[in-house]
Amino acid sequence: MKTEMTLGQFFPGESVLHRMDPRVKILLSIAYIVAIFLCHYVLTYALMALFTLFLILISGIPFRTILRSLRPIVLILIITSIINLLMTGGEGEPLFAWKFIHIYEEGLWRAGFMAVRVILLVVSATLLLTYTTSPIALTDAIESLLTPLKWLHVPVHEFAMMMSIALRFIPTLTEETGRIMNAQKSRGSSLSTGGLITRVKALIPVIVPLFISAFQRAMDLATAMECRCYRGGKGRTRLRAYHLHFSDYFMPCLFAALIVAIVLGNKYLPDLVGWGYSL
Amino acid sequence: MSEQLIVCEHLAYTYNADTPRDAVPAVRDISFSVARGEYIAVLGHNGSGKSTLAKLLNLILEPTAGRLTVDGVDTTSPDFSEDDLFEVRRKVGMVFQNPDNQLVATVVEEDVAFGPENLGLPRAEIRRRVDDALREVDMSEYALHATHKLSGGQKQRVAIAGMIAMKPDCIIFDESTAMLDPRGRHEVLDAMERLHRDEGIAVIHITHYMEEAARADRILVINEGKLAMDGTPKEVFSQAETLRGWGLEVPQTVELLMALREAGFDLPIDCLTSDECVAALLPHLAGEADA
Repeated sequence: MKTEMTLGQFFPGESVLHRMDPRVKILLSIAYIVAIFLCHYVLTYALMALFTLFLILISGIPFRTILRSLRPIVLILIITSIINLLMTGGEGEPLFAWKFIHIYEEGLWRAGFMAVRVILLVVSATLLLTYTTSPIALTDAIESLLTPLKWLHVPVHEFAMMMSIALRFIPTLTEETGRIMNAQKSRGSSLSTGGLITRVKALIPVIVPLFISAFQRAMDLATAMECRCYRGGKGRTRLRAYHLHFSDYFMPCLFAALIVAIVLGNKYLPDLVGWGYSL
Repeated sequence: MSEQLIVCEHLAYTYNADTPRDAVPAVRDISFSVARGEYIAVLGHNGSGKSTLAKLLNLILEPTAGRLTVDGVDTTSPDFSEDDLFEVRRKVGMVFQNPDNQLVATVVEEDVAFGPENLGLPRAEIRRRVDDALREVDMSEYALHATHKLSGGQKQRVAIAGMIAMKPDCIIFDESTAMLDPRGRHEVLDAMERLHRDEGIAVIHITHYMEEAARADRILVINEGKLAMDGTPKEVFSQAETLRGWGLEVPQTVELLMALREAGFDLPIDCLTSDECVAALLPHLAGEADA
C-alpha cells in the first residue's frame, strides 16, 4: 500500500478522463487554470464549480478520495481566507468591528472566492493529471509537449528519462529504506523516541547507507542501459503511441465553450441578475 | 558471418591504468574464443576477474591490451566506429546480478521495449519483438504488470526478455542467479538453457554455483586474472585438488566420489549429476550386499 501511494496516486480506470491523451490533459489543465482566473462573478464561479463536478462524475473517482486530496491544503486555505477577510477594505459599514479588526462584506466575498479558486485548482489538477494519468504517460506527454525546446538545445529527452527512472526507483528505494531502518533498529537505534534533534540524528545512519546504495544502483543501471544500446534520444523510437480519439477533440471544445461562457457571464450576468459580488 | 563469435587474444584490463600507483590489474593476458551457439560457464572466486572479463566482451570496459574480435569485427582497429560499438553491444547482451538495478521502466513490456527502442526500430517491429521475447521467457501474461511487484526470478526473466528483444548472438549472465531463491534460480536457468537449445544463442554463464557450471558444455576457470583451465565440466572437475587450491569447490557428487576413492573404492570421480553418480555407485552397493 505504501508503494502504491508513492507512485503518484494513480487510480487505474477506463473512464473518458483515463482514456484521454495525456498531452491533451496537460493542455486542458492549463486551460482550466486560465478559466478559473477569468472568473470574476459569483455565478461564473458557480459555473466553474459545476463543471468541475461534472469532471469528477465522469472520472468515476469517489468523492471521498477527492476530498482527501484537499487535506494537505487545509492550512493554506485557512490562512489565505483569514488574510483576505482582514485585509480587504470596504465602502460600506463594516459587518464586524472590534479594536483593529474590521470585516467588510467585500472581505467575505474575496475570502470565499479565494478559497473556491484554490480548491477547484487542486481538485482539477489531481483529477486531470495525477489521479487519471499514469506517471509514465505523464512523462511521455511532457517530453512530447516540450519537443520544440530541443531547437534551443534543451535536453528534453534526458529530463524525461531522468523523470521516468526516478519514478521507477521510488518503490525500490522505499523498500530499501524500510530494510535499512529495520537493520538499524535491530542494532538498538530508536527512530521514534526523543526530541526532534535526537530523531533527526537517528536518521543519519539510515540516510548515509541509502545514499551509498542509491549511487551503486545508479552505476549498475547506467551499465545495464549501455548494454542495451542506450545513447540518448538520438534515433530512438517508441513502443507506445498516442492516438487522438473523439474525447480528445470533444473535451477541448467543451473547455473552449466554458471559457466563452465565463467571459460573457462576467460581463452580462451581474447586471442581468443584479445580485452578488463582482471582483 | 564468422564461425567464431568472440575471439579474445591476450586480452588484459587494468583498473586505474592511468595512475600507476593505484593501478589494479584485473584481467591479464586471457585468450580464448566462443563459437556460435556455445554454452560456457565461467568459474572463479571473488575478485578473480571474471566479472571484469564479462564487461570486456561487450565493451562496457575497453581492454587496455590485447585484441577482441566480435563476429569478425576487430574492436581494437582504428576504423572501429561508435556505430560498430553499439552493434557489438547488440550482439553480445548481458544480464546482471541485481534484478532491481537493470530494469529501466515501471511496466514490464515497456522495459522489454527499451533495447529495441534504442535501436530505432519501427513501432510494429518493436511490438512484435516484445511479444515474442516475453513469450520466450514465459512472461506474456505479465506484460502490463508493474516491474517492482515481480519476484526476483520474474524480474530476471524480464531482463532476459529485454536482451532477447535485441536479437543477440550471445548473452552473458553475470552471476544472474546469485541473488535469487532456489525457485528463481531454477526459472532463470531454464530460460537460459532454452535460449541456448532452441534459439542457438551462445550463453556465457558466470557463476559460483558448481552445480550450475556443471550443466554447461565447457567451463573456463579464471584465477588471478588469468585463464587457468578451459575444458569440459568432466575435465575441469576431475582436477578437484587444483580447483580447491584456487578457492573453488567441486560439485557434491564429485566430493562424495573422491571421499569414497580415498576409502579404497574403485570409482570414477567425474560424475556431475546425481543420476550419473547413482549409476556409478550402484554396482558397488550390489557387491557389498552379495558379500
